[in-house]
Amino acid sequence: MLKDTFSLFIENRKALLGLIILIFFSGVAIFAPIIAPYDPKTNKVDVMKIVNEEIGRTTTIEREQIDELTERRVYTQSITTTYEKVTTKLPLNAKPSNQHLLGTTKAGQDLFSQMVYGTRITLTVGLVTGLFTTFLALSLALAAGYFGGIVDDVISLFTNVFLVIPSLPLMIVIAAYITVKGVIPIVLILGLTSWPWPTRILRSQVVSLKNRDFVKVARNLGERPLYIVFKEILPNMISLVMASFFSSTMAAIMGEATLEFLGLGNVSVVSWGTILYWAQNSGALLSGAWWWFLPPGICIALIGTSFALMNFAIDEISNPKLRKR
Amino acid sequence: MNNDILLLERVSKHFPVNSLRRGGKFVHAMDEISFSLKRGEVLAIVGESGSGKTTTANVIARIYKQTSGSVTFEGREISKNMSREDELRYHKKVQMIFQDPFGALNPTRTVEGILERPFLIHKIASKRKDVKDRIDEILTQVGLEPPEQFTRKFPHELSGGQRQRVNIARAFAVEPELILADEPTSMLDVSNRMSIMNMMLYLKESHGVSFIYITHDLAGARYMSDRIIVMYAGMIMEIGPAEKIINDSFHPYTKLLKTAAPSPEIGLKRKKLITGGDIPSLIDPPDGCRFHPRCPFASDICSLEMPVMKKIDEDHYVRCFLR
Amino acid sequence: MISMDKYDVTPILQCKKLVAGYKMKSGFVHAVDDVSFDLEKGGFLGIAGESGCGKSTLAFAIMRLLKDNAKIESGEIIFKGRDLARLKDNEMKKIRWVDISMVFQSAMNALNPVLSIGEQLTDAVHAHSEVTQSEAHDKAIEVLKLVDISQDRFNSYPHQLSGGMKQRVMIAMALILNPTLVIMDEPTTALDVVVQRTIIEKIQELRNALGFSVIFITHDLSLLVEISDTLAIMYAGKIVEYGSAEALFNHPLHPYTIGLMNSFPSLTGKISRMGGIEGKPPNLLDPPEGCRFSPRCPQAMSICRKSYPSLENKGENHSVACFLHEGVDKP
Repeated sequence: MLKDTFSLFIENRKALLGLIILIFFSGVAIFAPIIAPYDPKTNKVDVMKIVNEEIGRTTTIEREQIDELTERRVYTQSITTTYEKVTTKLPLNAKPSNQHLLGTTKAGQDLFSQMVYGTRITLTVGLVTGLFTTFLALSLALAAGYFGGIVDDVISLFTNVFLVIPSLPLMIVIAAYITVKGVIPIVLILGLTSWPWPTRILRSQVVSLKNRDFVKVARNLGERPLYIVFKEILPNMISLVMASFFSSTMAAIMGEATLEFLGLGNVSVVSWGTILYWAQNSGALLSGAWWWFLPPGICIALIGTSFALMNFAIDEISNPKLRKR
Repeated sequence: MNNDILLLERVSKHFPVNSLRRGGKFVHAMDEISFSLKRGEVLAIVGESGSGKTTTANVIARIYKQTSGSVTFEGREISKNMSREDELRYHKKVQMIFQDPFGALNPTRTVEGILERPFLIHKIASKRKDVKDRIDEILTQVGLEPPEQFTRKFPHELSGGQRQRVNIARAFAVEPELILADEPTSMLDVSNRMSIMNMMLYLKESHGVSFIYITHDLAGARYMSDRIIVMYAGMIMEIGPAEKIINDSFHPYTKLLKTAAPSPEIGLKRKKLITGGDIPSLIDPPDGCRFHPRCPFASDICSLEMPVMKKIDEDHYVRCFLR
Repeated sequence: MISMDKYDVTPILQCKKLVAGYKMKSGFVHAVDDVSFDLEKGGFLGIAGESGCGKSTLAFAIMRLLKDNAKIESGEIIFKGRDLARLKDNEMKKIRWVDISMVFQSAMNALNPVLSIGEQLTDAVHAHSEVTQSEAHDKAIEVLKLVDISQDRFNSYPHQLSGGMKQRVMIAMALILNPTLVIMDEPTTALDVVVQRTIIEKIQELRNALGFSVIFITHDLSLLVEISDTLAIMYAGKIVEYGSAEALFNHPLHPYTIGLMNSFPSLTGKISRMGGIEGKPPNLLDPPEGCRFSPRCPQAMSICRKSYPSLENKGENHSVACFLHEGVDKP
């Protein structure tokens, strides 16, 4: 069953395109140290070499003859090494060139390297948050949908209340108040503000599946509730859960970029959002340094598109008309 | 009484119309349903939509708990709250076959995955080889041969008739005492229906199972059953041996059903239907016989009081003031 | 009103060797494969068959409602002297609903839930004829009366009507422009048996009053035998037996017809264990060689698997396509 779904997914052109983009960026993230020509935070390049090595005087301090064939000597010797260090400061605010594929920032950092390393943060935050949100939403949805009653009432109440609170302002407020800045707080903030929407959607699916005949059959056979939830209902929700995951990841990537752009993340960590933050801070738009703010923007859009494409594909696949009958 | 495997006494099931409001209206899906089922008997419940026949089956199968009245199975009254062991034991003895062959099968499981559950849950077999043998055996019994051809298939790869056979296999796998079949052939192609019906009759004989067969088709009920119950708007109107109900019925509704049923033999000699009209709403029904608005023989008392079931012949009861 | 001239024996519809189906990636599915029949004026033709036999495709082909990858490949549909299969779209529009109308399968779902039934009826009138608003309104009231729906239901919405009433609205809609031929595709399948009987009686009543011909498509053979004049049994896109209802009921010739008859337990008469038919209909993308029913036929002979029997007349209005009943001279 999973194999079938997977091969259907691959055959779909939209999914394939989305997947290729994702794999591309994942590759960039994994092989960052090899791909990036410079350290993303440095603004200079040091090239060091040894020019000369002079061996100086030898002074014997002790000499001892241990036996006929063995001699012990203690001596000092001085070696003078002459180094040559060529420090090239990276150009400030430079346009793209052969040395700097995406130019440099105002502080002289290579933007291509920043983008490459930034991929790591963006993808990690996006995927981890996506997983976290989906897992949370799915657990709540299964509990509320299958068990109903007071469990459902309580979960649905919370879900509905949180749904009404606008998530972006909430994110900003929380981020502005917490003292620890960094990637993990961002993941948590994003996760804790975006769970209501997928919870609601997944819960509806659970409820509708619960009323299907084959679930009645399972109960009639005497299956335990947990078994029914995980082996009868959940497998029939795979497409929706995947779609939910893609949506959540996409939202997380956008959310992360937004928070960092506003300076609410750790601005010394290199990610696409912080690149935009510094670009904005340094007036890149005004000075026309398009190589500074365009690449992060385009890449964020590309990753978002890749997840959107895969999401469309899941929609198409879940449409029963496409299933073999 | 000893021979009765199932006894329903004045069982009612009411569903609230609006689940949140208290003291709201109720849909009277079943009211005062009383009947017994002998071991090894096939009892047909015939009725149109809204008659309550499916709800009756659901209550017996414990998909719903009854609002009032008692259900007694094998001499023991079934209480609304049962322990897990009792519940499991009951499910092993009472199984249900649903109307929609496709809906009753989990689309993400293979035939093998579906059929191994009854054996595993009820501990009929546990070792892989035993379970596999049992699956092969039951598949053969329902006519899906050779079994290897079917075990790895998913529901959407089977035809309607084959799907229903899998459902029947699953119901018989636990070796139940009672099977409830809710319109098992109405969603199948015509040419498949007979073989499914015959197979159920054969399995019933060979396994010694009692049967409740629910249908809207009077002719099908006659073919399958020993006794027939006629339900209308949530209540039993008439109950009796199959031949009597078909050929010598008493209740005006039963006669209406017979007149309305397609029958080539009657054909041109057919008289026009005595009455048309629609099935009444089941929400807080008014007093009196449920059928009286459509009954050509209705008199004053019919709209004021509810007639009770009275015996008119050997094993033949009817709920009607014409008595 | 059309003429009730009993002496006019020209058939109102003649289907001649019609071939229609669907273009799929893997080939062309001949859902209707070489189908021929006649329908006399005011007659009642029943077409019996199970799912996948092509009966709905046939209905749509006659109405020229086949779309997208579905089309008529060859053959003629002669209606009132014109070949419907060859007509241009705009010409067919003039015939559709005015001369030939249709009651669709699952008609209850064909009603628009956000329009009142009155509006839907008047829409039908306006779409196919040039009349004023009030004339259309009057026609709608008139036709609702015909199907025993009272005038004050004109503004009701579909969800406020029962299943039987919705079906009667669909019939009213089909009759509103007084067509000569009405095609009904499983009009009573989803209804309770008593409601079904009232609808059937209504259809017969209307037929007597207005004189239109009917093509009635269903899988319920026992019902068809009761109400049809002529019956056609379809299997895998072909007509396998054809004749008067009496002839088919009393002397069914084709093993499929016999099998079908044996699939309906009788209400009167003796009870005995009956047969039914094993197996399932063939995949029309790859139909079996020879007679399409041969894989399931209990009396199949070797010739049945090699060539296809043609529909042959066996006497008074009774034809069958089966080698068991081929003429004495083998082809």
